[in-house]
Amino acid sequence: METLLSGISILLQWQVIVALLIGSIGGVIIGALPGVGAAVAIAILLPATFAFEPIVGLTLLLGIYGSSMYGGAIPAILINTPGTAVNALTTYDGYPMTKRGQGHRALSLAYSASFFGGVFAIICLMVLSPVLALVAPHFGSREIFLAALLGIILVVLAHRGQIFAAGMLAAFGIFLNSVGLEPVKYTRRFTFDQSWLASGIDLIVVVLGLFAISQAFLLLLEKNHAPGDTHVSGNIFAGLKELLGVKRVATVSSSIGVFMGMVPGTGEFTSQFLSYTYAQKTSKNPEKFGDGSPEGLVASEAANNAVPGAAMIPLLALGIPGEALTAMMLSVFYVHNVIPGPQLFENQMDFVLALYMALILLNVIVLVFLLFSTNLLLKIIQIPTRFLGVMILILAFVGVYSLRNSITDCAIAAGFGVFGLILKRLDLPIVPIILGMVLGGIMETKLRSAMARVKTPLDFIDRPIAAILFGLIVLILILHCRTLYFEFKNKLRPEPTMQPVDSDNPNQQG
Amino acid sequence: MIAKTLQDMFKRYRRPGDVVFAVLFLAFAVFLLSQLGDQTKVVKRTKWFAQPGLWPTIAIWCMVVFGFLHWLSSALSDRISGRWTEVGFWVRSFEYVAYFLIYVLVVPQLGYLLSTMLFAVFLTLRVGFRGANAIGIAALFGFVVTIVFRGFLQVKIPAGAVYEYLPDSVRAFALTYL
Repeated sequence: METLLSGISILLQWQVIVALLIGSIGGVIIGALPGVGAAVAIAILLPATFAFEPIVGLTLLLGIYGSSMYGGAIPAILINTPGTAVNALTTYDGYPMTKRGQGHRALSLAYSASFFGGVFAIICLMVLSPVLALVAPHFGSREIFLAALLGIILVVLAHRGQIFAAGMLAAFGIFLNSVGLEPVKYTRRFTFDQSWLASGIDLIVVVLGLFAISQAFLLLLEKNHAPGDTHVSGNIFAGLKELLGVKRVATVSSSIGVFMGMVPGTGEFTSQFLSYTYAQKTSKNPEKFGDGSPEGLVASEAANNAVPGAAMIPLLALGIPGEALTAMMLSVFYVHNVIPGPQLFENQMDFVLALYMALILLNVIVLVFLLFSTNLLLKIIQIPTRFLGVMILILAFVGVYSLRNSITDCAIAAGFGVFGLILKRLDLPIVPIILGMVLGGIMETKLRSAMARVKTPLDFIDRPIAAILFGLIVLILILHCRTLYFEFKNKLRPEPTMQPVDSDNPNQQG
Repeated sequence: MIAKTLQDMFKRYRRPGDVVFAVLFLAFAVFLLSQLGDQTKVVKRTKWFAQPGLWPTIAIWCMVVFGFLHWLSSALSDRISGRWTEVGFWVRSFEYVAYFLIYVLVVPQLGYLLSTMLFAVFLTLRVGFRGANAIGIAALFGFVVTIVFRGFLQVKIPAGAVYEYLPDSVRAFALTYL
């Protein structure tokens, strides 16, 4: 009880409340702007949050992370353009509903499903907390090393059809993390006698380059586009009641979102994929999916909004981020010397509780804001994409330059901006680079400390959690090889009547 | 319907320029591999897991192996037209890299406020917005960004050298907030 009161007092600081309001409302607007997205906004704001208390900085970033998908549903439903990439599936059922004159109904359902998914995930997080507090202290160096290794493997394998690219980019991230003065033996690694490389390559500089600057370049160079003028009329509150009619779909989709959010590297896309498939297979009207099915809309929105809350579980309990946005948040913890992991639950439970409550409040603020301000938002999002590019480039400068006033950092960020632009144009994944950098650092430190107490290779997995993690890694690799084998066998079968989905653009291998 | 929906969501195509990127990345990885001996040191009386070269070695070998497989998959797929047009698009981004770096160099001289407003207006004109409204909005955006980040959030951006020439009454304010 004392911890709970302490958590409430942390949350009630005016700075936290302001951060929550700015983060959640700002996140909705950012999410609603096609071509921006939470990653860009978080990357830009990250260095500015270093000056705040950790709870203030994290609340601001969490606000953006948790609310951007709410906003992304608006253009997805009304103008068939997803605000964020994870709202793409929302267009399948949301836009047909708008075409039938049910835009208000679709929005209302999307908001309530998002709210349900978001709150469901936080409740799961709260229920799991005692378990996490119990299990987390059993994670020593070798367990955290194995969990990070599992994370890297999952991130690579999650990019189906692009595993080779994801593998090489994750390895590139690990390499980037190793550049500079090595912290134990103080030898230089890949500095090429350049003093500016001795201090290594900063994660924030890479993040800003790959996410923000690359997006700015892309928007500046591609054809200009501005979302059309649109307006929504009708009772936008009706969906709150209608959600009760599809509560089974909402609950199962949210559960899938929570599970997938906890697993590194999988996130929103896989949870949507599974939820949508489940909803369609169990629906009485499966033929309506893709043509304005409320169940499809609810499955998609509930699943993707359950992920942010769940993604905090491995971050808080083990200090292991599952995707790029939580990796960015990890740096806020590190800057303030708050080390997420087992000790956080033992020593700063009030801080953890304050974060949970902030997440619930965030969902309430966003829902209320959206129910009353959707038409206002529709006016704001009519910014031409090239002007958005100008705005992002100017804001990215603040992020990079304010780190340490280094022109070199700006040049490196610009270089990664071009690299990110190429990856985006080629549809290659950026996230493995960021996770490679973060998890690579964790693996290096933890392997060194774990091996000091290991005499034979079997000692490494002689503790139950280490053995389970090792077993999981082996199982996942075996299952993947098995899938590849069957796919390969199927390809060898002659199917003369079958045509590729798009014979001009065959899928990549791997 | 389900197959169509899921394929539309998750399919990944090769894009024009894919093989150029694959070759460049592989060449970079091979170059790093060739430098492994020079750029990392083997420390005596230190076990393998604490050797400074362990993680660069693992990372670079993975880059080479996966990079090779990625190149192979690109090379074995059907050729897609538009490769060099795409490379041209990548190269065009260097124009904005140049503008960005000039902006970075100008900020410590002209100060954050003036450089940001000028940069916003210049970029707005460059991307094709010529109306007075657009220029005004760009200048206003530059002004607001400066006030929010330097004035309120006090992010670390150096004051402009030109502020030294301002009258005493304004200089202290400009040095702190603009």
